[in-house]
Amino acid sequence: MEYRLNLPVGEDDILKIKAGDTIYITGLVVTARDEAHKKAIELYDEGKELPIDFSKVAIFHCGPIVKKEGDEWKIVAAGPTTSSRMEIFEYDFIKRFNTRIIIGKGGMGEKTAKACKEFKAIYAAFTGGAAVLAANAIKKVKDVFWLEELGMPEALWVLEVEDFGPLTVTIDAYGRNLTEEVKEKAKEIAKKIEF
Amino acid sequence: MKEKLANEIANLIANAVIDLPKDVEDALRKAMENEEEPAKTQLKAILKNIELARQQRKPMCQDTGTPTFYVEMGYNFPYKDVIREAIIEGVRKATKEVPLRPNAVDILTGKNSGDNTGLHIPYINWELVDGEECKITVMPKGGGSENMSTLKMLKPGVGIKGVKKFVLEWMVEAAGNPCPPTVVGIGIGGGSDIAMKLAKKALLRKVGERHSNKEIAKMEEELLNAINSTGIGAMGLGGKTTVLDVHIEIAHRHPASLPVAIAVQCWANRRKSLKIDKEGRIWNID
Repeated sequence: MEYRLNLPVGEDDILKIKAGDTIYITGLVVTARDEAHKKAIELYDEGKELPIDFSKVAIFHCGPIVKKEGDEWKIVAAGPTTSSRMEIFEYDFIKRFNTRIIIGKGGMGEKTAKACKEFKAIYAAFTGGAAVLAANAIKKVKDVFWLEELGMPEALWVLEVEDFGPLTVTIDAYGRNLTEEVKEKAKEIAKKIEF
Repeated sequence: MKEKLANEIANLIANAVIDLPKDVEDALRKAMENEEEPAKTQLKAILKNIELARQQRKPMCQDTGTPTFYVEMGYNFPYKDVIREAIIEGVRKATKEVPLRPNAVDILTGKNSGDNTGLHIPYINWELVDGEECKITVMPKGGGSENMSTLKMLKPGVGIKGVKKFVLEWMVEAAGNPCPPTVVGIGIGGGSDIAMKLAKKALLRKVGERHSNKEIAKMEEELLNAINSTGIGAMGLGGKTTVLDVHIEIAHRHPASLPVAIAVQCWANRRKSLKIDKEGRIWNID
């Protein structure tokens, strides 16, 4: 199935979607990598205020190339980064912020799948490396936070996107994890190969 | 000469991050034609992205990599003294002008240098060769695929069979992380450092090009087919093409050691070369 979603989305929208479906999203997407996940969780646990309501946006594992033209930031290239690096943070992140959609590449593991099931969220993959395709769907850089401290790749870039995709859902809110299934099958096949 | 070369190096880097080599693109297209869903959508997106990057003169991937250089310098090449500085200057210039993503981070402070230079970065592999010319190749090496590179010191008793098994198991474990379909460089033998250098250098070979040693060439094909038969597929979503090619380079080993290094390169297998002659003429080569 193919879905076009307008952010923010609720539990009902998420429950319609199954692993293997394709989605396109319109609304606000915020980039966050290792450092941003870590910092957001730490600030929350210290009871401090965060610059963004993460429940209303999609999180994008991405470290973009951005350039300043006059007063405005312009996205040059913005493909996804490897999501498995964020596996150690994602359960805690989703639990605290109720983010419904996580976007990245390469798939995520057991803990993220558990979070998606418990808190009704999905993980979707954007084609790795397809940075110009992604940049074309980004209409505007709305804001940026933590740039000074974390640097260009790790900062929180708030992006207005239109029909951002195709995104392949690999983890749904029912606990299915497509990339893990592919990997388990591959392991079985590899075991039987004799050289 | 230094400034002229720095400009040419900056152009070379720009072309490398914007324009994917034809052999790689052809292999991706062939894979797409062969594929079914959901891998077909992934490969179509990759091909579309390659086209857009060229049209809009933008880097095909936001990770413009660690600037890695291979220099083959003739013993009698007259401009030896300017090469290093011209490369560093070229990297700074390209970072600003293309622009590239700043990818050089201090390991202690975590501070990004902002211009893709730093300790040992850009990294230059030097090789002295016969002649009066100099060849410079840039390989912008992405971090996602580099994280799936590895080295293992195998027990010589496991033999070449053990080497193949290790490579297969590793690539299955890497799954969708290095942005498949990938190109895999393998270095066997030497010491640990030699194996890794050979593995990475093997990535410079064109897709489809086989090793001159027939047995090694056969091993490359055997591993290519074995990895693809596991069905990891484009981006790890399942499919027929997990690797576009496997390139192996070898060195003699110590009797007690069997080093195997694996260098994984994402589908954005970026590389461009130029040549300089003794008159200081510079031109791009395929």
